[in-house]
Amino acid sequence: MSIVEQELVGRVQPVTPPPAPARPARAVEVRRDTRSIKRTDVVAVLGALVAAVALTGVLFAQIAPFSGVVGFIAIAYPLFLALYALLVSLEENSLTVRDKVVSAIVHSIAVVAIGALVVIVVYPVVKGWEVLGYANFYTDDMSEAGTLDPLEYGGILHAMVGTLEQISIALVITVPLGLTTAAFLNETKGVFTRVVRTVVEAMTALPSIVAGLFIYASLILLLGVERSGFAAGCAISVMMLPIMIRAADVVIRLVPSSLREASLALGTGQLRTVWHVVLPTARSGLTTSVLLATARGVGETSPVLIAAGFTPYLNLNPFADAQVSLPLATYQMVSSSEETMQTRAFGAAAVLMTLVLVLFVLARLLGGREPGNLSAGQLRRRAKASTRDRARFTAPTQRGES
Amino acid sequence: MTQLTSAPEDVRRAEVVDPPRRRVALSGGVDRVFRATLRGAGLTVLALMGTVGLFLFVRGLDAFSVAGLDFFTTESWEPDSHRFGIAAVLVGTLLIASVALVVAFPLALGVALYISEYAPRRVRRVLTSMVDLMAAVPSVVYGLFGSTLLQWQGSDIPRWLSIQFGWIPFLDVPQADPDNPLSPTGVYATSTFWAGLVVGFMIMPFICSVMRESFTQAPQGEREGAYALGSTRWGVIRSVVLPFGRSGMIGGTMLGLGRALGETIAVAMIISPIFVIQPHILGAGGSSVSALIAQRWGSASPFGLGALMAAGLALFLMTLVVNFAASAVIARSRSGQGSDA
Repeated sequence: MSIVEQELVGRVQPVTPPPAPARPARAVEVRRDTRSIKRTDVVAVLGALVAAVALTGVLFAQIAPFSGVVGFIAIAYPLFLALYALLVSLEENSLTVRDKVVSAIVHSIAVVAIGALVVIVVYPVVKGWEVLGYANFYTDDMSEAGTLDPLEYGGILHAMVGTLEQISIALVITVPLGLTTAAFLNETKGVFTRVVRTVVEAMTALPSIVAGLFIYASLILLLGVERSGFAAGCAISVMMLPIMIRAADVVIRLVPSSLREASLALGTGQLRTVWHVVLPTARSGLTTSVLLATARGVGETSPVLIAAGFTPYLNLNPFADAQVSLPLATYQMVSSSEETMQTRAFGAAAVLMTLVLVLFVLARLLGGREPGNLSAGQLRRRAKASTRDRARFTAPTQRGES
Repeated sequence: MTQLTSAPEDVRRAEVVDPPRRRVALSGGVDRVFRATLRGAGLTVLALMGTVGLFLFVRGLDAFSVAGLDFFTTESWEPDSHRFGIAAVLVGTLLIASVALVVAFPLALGVALYISEYAPRRVRRVLTSMVDLMAAVPSVVYGLFGSTLLQWQGSDIPRWLSIQFGWIPFLDVPQADPDNPLSPTGVYATSTFWAGLVVGFMIMPFICSVMRESFTQAPQGEREGAYALGSTRWGVIRSVVLPFGRSGMIGGTMLGLGRALGETIAVAMIISPIFVIQPHILGAGGSSVSALIAQRWGSASPFGLGALMAAGLALFLMTLVVNFAASAVIARSRSGQGSDA
């Protein structure tokens, strides 16, 4: 068996039908794999890379008055593409050359994007590493620490408490309202439903600062609510609602209509169909939509800035006085010119980033399944439930006989 | 129905008189309450979302009536001496959004193509998650990255651009002295360019996910047809994937534009506000509507708050128009995708 064939067997690919037995015994034709990476490809990439770097080095050092890392990359990259095209064109036709060059560009863009993500996520952790080791960073607020105090004083407890309280308020508002609205969009038809769906879709990109302004104009100026954590939670929920509704709407729409129809055909009402069939089927996706909206809401700065204001003190009561949140604390502290304050800002950002990461990973672990695609635990529970049902169904007949 | 066409005459007649049946009554009782609850939730959300503009308008009315039409032509922002307008900040917002799109579009296109066409299946899932994660990273973290690291360490980029391409009117930096290698890097920081670059990275995942979705919907049959005609992978992308994903690309980009217009904190952290129209995107100083609101909110007088509300209303209307257009385009691109039957 040749290497190519072994590869074919190992892969999960649409298998070609076996050659018809009636055919005369010919040498078995090996299926050609057009996608496999040949050695010349690797060599061409590496060669072009080395040549481009070397050539740019010569240009920089000997010939032209260029300078700087950016200039180096800006010259080396086109050179790399040109050299790569040249190397490929030694063996292949122009179609293949174009294909390979585009492939190289797409791959390098993907690498750049992933690199940017990693750098952005790791950067606050690296810069705030120093402060993350102090226990008081998690147990103190900034009431007793001035801007000049060393890292042994002060912390971000007030911001953590604020973030938790505000996001809880926002969740208490958005989860029932958001999920009900998502069910509304799927359970009813008509002009009104379409209007709501259109408005919600357009609001998914509502600038968060406008959400803050809206709460300030309505809740604070009109209804006389104080600038407080509660107002901030409301502002965050205005921002989160459309995101959650949209995601939940998409998930519920994926529930197979055959399930819904089966339930209705058994004589179930609409409420019970939604409660016992539609929502449980879409549960994993709904969890994901809630968690992802939470991750977005936790990181919002501007609604809190507008609706709650800044304070260095710990404020446990979300209904009175200013209350700060993690992103707002980061924003305020990084604008200070003191090194220690900036380090605290990075520490707060790292804590925030960790929170978002945890939410995100949870969303991926719990959710991300297609509707009806069950986890092992769900399967077990379902098997248990049907055993119970069977016992229940068979029990009366036994009683009737005895 | 088609099988019945050859049925005897009388059966066919019976078929004709049988009208399509309607459900006479929806199930009542609890379900009626349930439907009322659903409608109520829909109405609440609609009311919430619908009154955003109304409230901003009512609160900004004072400022509007003082400034009149000058609100759209004045560059400075001094509401307490009644000289304020959004000409400079609006232009700044549009410039930042343009830079962001110039950065985000090729990135998003490349990543979306990589995920849908090049990546092995396992990498595809991981990469999709990573792009989603990038969308969930708080904007303050992007802002930290841009304001404390990128614009100081990366001052080579605008310097190089302004020296090489200074003949393009947008890209020259009048304050800078390119011949002096020791010139301060400050003239290249806090600029529209950096704000736009960071915002571009922020909106990239949103554009990318719309693009990816529309690319993966390109029909398999036509892809295989193109391969069968001897096409390379690039040929398939050019002749099948991109044409099929075109409205997704346009819609996703407009969605990104809507986000870029409204992005607040990262922009506020990076630019230092100036209130003149600043066409030199690489030079220090810039402005945007949302950054103006965030930076001036704490110190504004009651009338100043009204003026900021008016500015917020302008921003809101702008993003709303862009978003409606975007969702219309995306909806058209999805129209071929039927739900399960």
